[in-house]
Amino acid sequence: MLTKRIIACLDVRDGRVVKGVQFRNHVDMGDILELSERYADEGVDELVFYDITASSDGRVVDKSWVSQIARRINIPFCVAGGIRTIADAKAILNYGADKISVNSPALERPEFISELAATFGTQCVVAGIDSRREGDKLEVYQYTGDEAKTIKSKRDTVSWVREVTRLGAGEIVLNCMNNDGVRQGYDIDQLAAVRAAVTVPVIASGGAGDYVHFADLFRQTDIDGALAASVFHSGKIPIPKLKAYLNSKSIEVRV
Amino acid sequence: MIAIIDSGGANIASVQFALERLGAESVLTKDVKIIQSAEKVLLPGVGTAPVAMQNLAEYGLIDCIRGLTQPVMGICLGMQLLFAASPEGNTPLLGIFDADCETFTPAQGRSVPHMGWNRLSKLQGHPLLAGVDEGAHVYFVHSYFAPVTAQTIAATNYGDDFTAIVAENNFMGCQFHPEKSGLVGGQILRNFLEMPS
Repeated sequence: MLTKRIIACLDVRDGRVVKGVQFRNHVDMGDILELSERYADEGVDELVFYDITASSDGRVVDKSWVSQIARRINIPFCVAGGIRTIADAKAILNYGADKISVNSPALERPEFISELAATFGTQCVVAGIDSRREGDKLEVYQYTGDEAKTIKSKRDTVSWVREVTRLGAGEIVLNCMNNDGVRQGYDIDQLAAVRAAVTVPVIASGGAGDYVHFADLFRQTDIDGALAASVFHSGKIPIPKLKAYLNSKSIEVRV
Repeated sequence: MIAIIDSGGANIASVQFALERLGAESVLTKDVKIIQSAEKVLLPGVGTAPVAMQNLAEYGLIDCIRGLTQPVMGICLGMQLLFAASPEGNTPLLGIFDADCETFTPAQGRSVPHMGWNRLSKLQGHPLLAGVDEGAHVYFVHSYFAPVTAQTIAATNYGDDFTAIVAENNFMGCQFHPEKSGLVGGQILRNFLEMPS
């Protein structure tokens, strides 16, 4: 049986891992290579590196660390941040990343997703989506890496998820902005709605604060994986303990 | 020297890095002579079956690969290329194994692509599996699969059983990515490297 994936997200700024609360007040969390190796050794299933400044600055992620990570770790990882051209994506994949994730550039030009999928295969192409619950609506946000530049896109989350999948995204990472960094649990209803809308894997992001939040997510939805950052970086939830806990709840994970 | 066939797909570097971690030297190449004289040959593949086959044809590698006598291992799409045909663009493949690849159908609890860590089961006695336990987890990313055949030495279940590892004579293939499959994947690559050439 395919296991539920536990994914550690490393937000990267200027070559360091940082984490903010609801995308603000970034605090230094450590060195990229050290943290990546620690996670791989502890049994995390996958890593995601988000250069959170890249999209809003019009920069491409610094590629040298991608290659260093690929040399050192033996688990899959995805790179996100400011990937705007086929050449950007190709360079990152050639450096050894398994997947590239696009967010704001896909909102600017949705056909970019199809171009990536046609060139590299859908399995390499992840659509990252920042979604905010506003009343009874789910709205997609853009340029969330920089608070000053963050804007609401003109898209609602469920129809955008359907569109990126139709265009060729092989996976969705849905970041529920209201929950991000506040550690009160994943947005189960929103994630279930997105899960039901598409057939590609959907990864939950935003809200993990305690062990039970992961169990709730996997029991109450068909979500494929759970992404978290600060609870892993701070050591509050060690990966081996989380996996042992999920196993004890009959949720199949890799141990 | 290990030859890694450059079939034009992306992220071939990962395979080379994994060999580096095991202390093996390798060269990325599409040169027929280098491939023919290599101790071992790896055929990775990310991308689509029609593009990969088109590239192999363009580089004059189709007959070269079919004629190899040293240990050859296909990885992911590279494993599928060893089979007869792919539904992806109705593409004829290398035909070393005579079964045709199939497509996963999405279902409740079965997202497609099949992406993540799944178990190896029904392990057969084979040097590639030395030190690998029944139920070990490895990392998959694919939407097409090869069915279980007489040459299957490990299967995986995703709704149905499919070929996780295939082997006959000098030709082998892994549907998962051993280079991304932690210690288990490293063991399988090491077993491949230790085979007599």
